[in-house]
Amino acid sequence: MGQVVLEARHINKSFRDPVTVKVLKDINFKVNKGEFVSMMGKSGCGKSTLLYILSTMDTDFEGDLLIDQESTKGKNEPHLARIRNEKIGFVFQFHYLWNEFTVLRNVMLPGLKLNKYSEKEIEHNAMERLKLLGMQDLALKQANRISGGEKQRVALARAMINDPLIIMGDEPTGNLDKKNSQIVFDIFKEMSEELNQTLLIVTHDPEFAAKTHRIIEMEDGRIVS
Amino acid sequence: MNYKLISSIALSLLLARWKQTLVAAVGVMFSITMFIALLGFMNGLNDLLDGLILNRTAHVRLYSEVKINPNQPIDRVNRFTSGHNFIRSIKPTNSRQEIYNSQAILQAIRKDERVLGVAPKISAPLFFNTGTVDITGVVNGIDAEAESRLFHFADYVTEGRPEDIADIPNSIILGKALADKLMAGIGDLIYVTTPGGERFPLKVVGYFQSGIQEFDKTQSYASLGTTQKLFGRGKSYITDIQVKLNDLESAPAVAKEYQRLFQVDAEDIQTANSQFETGSFVRSLISYAVGITLLIVSGFGIYNILNMMIYEKMDSIAILKATGFSGKDVNRIFILIALSIGVSGGLAGLLFGLLASVGIDHIPFNTAALPTITTYPVNYDLVYYAIGLGFSLVTTYLAGLFPASKASHIDPVIIIRGK
Repeated sequence: MGQVVLEARHINKSFRDPVTVKVLKDINFKVNKGEFVSMMGKSGCGKSTLLYILSTMDTDFEGDLLIDQESTKGKNEPHLARIRNEKIGFVFQFHYLWNEFTVLRNVMLPGLKLNKYSEKEIEHNAMERLKLLGMQDLALKQANRISGGEKQRVALARAMINDPLIIMGDEPTGNLDKKNSQIVFDIFKEMSEELNQTLLIVTHDPEFAAKTHRIIEMEDGRIVS
Repeated sequence: MNYKLISSIALSLLLARWKQTLVAAVGVMFSITMFIALLGFMNGLNDLLDGLILNRTAHVRLYSEVKINPNQPIDRVNRFTSGHNFIRSIKPTNSRQEIYNSQAILQAIRKDERVLGVAPKISAPLFFNTGTVDITGVVNGIDAEAESRLFHFADYVTEGRPEDIADIPNSIILGKALADKLMAGIGDLIYVTTPGGERFPLKVVGYFQSGIQEFDKTQSYASLGTTQKLFGRGKSYITDIQVKLNDLESAPAVAKEYQRLFQVDAEDIQTANSQFETGSFVRSLISYAVGITLLIVSGFGIYNILNMMIYEKMDSIAILKATGFSGKDVNRIFILIALSIGVSGGLAGLLFGLLASVGIDHIPFNTAALPTITTYPVNYDLVYYAIGLGFSLVTTYLAGLFPASKASHIDPVIIIRGK
């Protein structure tokens, strides 16, 4: 199934405040290129915590995390920021757009930060992503003037702007109604099939999970299947 | 480092809260305006007051003090040389106020490279006769040309021409207050009596107004030649040599050197007028203290606004970090916001400060004591503008430092999880 893009090796994590609670216990798994993986589990089983570790935002853990076969252990903060910028696209439960900017600018910002292409090219790429999601008409609207479903799609376009190695989602459909959830799922599906995009999505929705390539199930900080 | 991106983000954050930004910038502007106006006015006043005395005072004054002879006869007797001799009621004898060998000294000083110019002077008491009353006064025999060039003499001659004392024989310029007392108009003849008892007629050719009333009540100016004639002295009779140096600070050293070299008494300007320097210094200190206090207050304003902005934009900052902006980038964004408030407020403050200074400069200020002054004095020295801008940058930078570092340490996980 191609190369490994994400690998977790013996990841352990504890919350120490107020009492030490072990939330992740010896997590080991790999995600291959092009895979559409969903992660399921009850609330509090540690799946979101794991996702933040996988996304390099949380560095307070034991074990090792390899992204693109490169260890992230002991890397400094600007280096990790660069990895997030270049290799990881992130979609949250809440959309988290920058309200000060237009939709187009929102999509462009991570691209501008990466600074690999000129502003013109980034604008063109951002427009392409928005078109793909059927959002091109809203490109010049202020980000706080569009609906919730639209916002989530803009967030998706933003996650895609730098052609990341992997897109991670923390219950991206959790806040959406049935119709919008379907739209967002279809987008994921399309990305996976047509663009061979690697996806790792945390979800509560068994229906959503059932349609993905692989389900990682977690319980009490352990992967059970 | 992508500065264009950082600045565009900073700009949109600024514009998103433009009202608060404006208030912060106006705060900075106000303090810089006050700083500039205050310092300009205070230093204008300082220059004026210093000028009253310092401009007219020689940097080094050579004179011959009336004093007792340090070599008393008893010291020459062998029997008494070993101990210390106490002698009571010694009187000065044969003391001359004249500077001995004055022409040679003048020539030597003129050759000194540290010297900007030198003006000889005779200072002697004189009685001005009006009716049966004699008014005690002082006549200063001067070289009008040198005195004007070095000590701004011409500025204080309110009526008549200072050169006239040299051109018209037996002429005198009277202090305005003295002339009023004598009821002497220009062109009138007045009579003076020397301490030796000689009576002389002199022609009044001008009035002199120094700004210090007491001074004007007693002082008068005549040419060196006229004065020498009054006292029946020769061409070389001089009581003071006034030296103006290129560098004011070197006066004490030069004074000491001349004292040794020419065997005369020498006094430097720092010793003679130390109280004026103290006054100027304290006034400057007060204006700086007020200005800096204002700036610090406006710095707290910026600090508050940035803190509020960061609290409000917590989500945006978290997501910036989640999508790959490092803590350093976030830090730079907020420092940039703080500095742009400082720069815009500071520059506007400089402009308004200049306008305020010009305004003060046009307020009429007429006082009989200061004939050359018609409006309030203002100093437009660029140094104050540079200091003002520098301070506005430093305070806004410091005000931005803590909020920016706080923003850069926001943990995206905590914010995103919190929802």
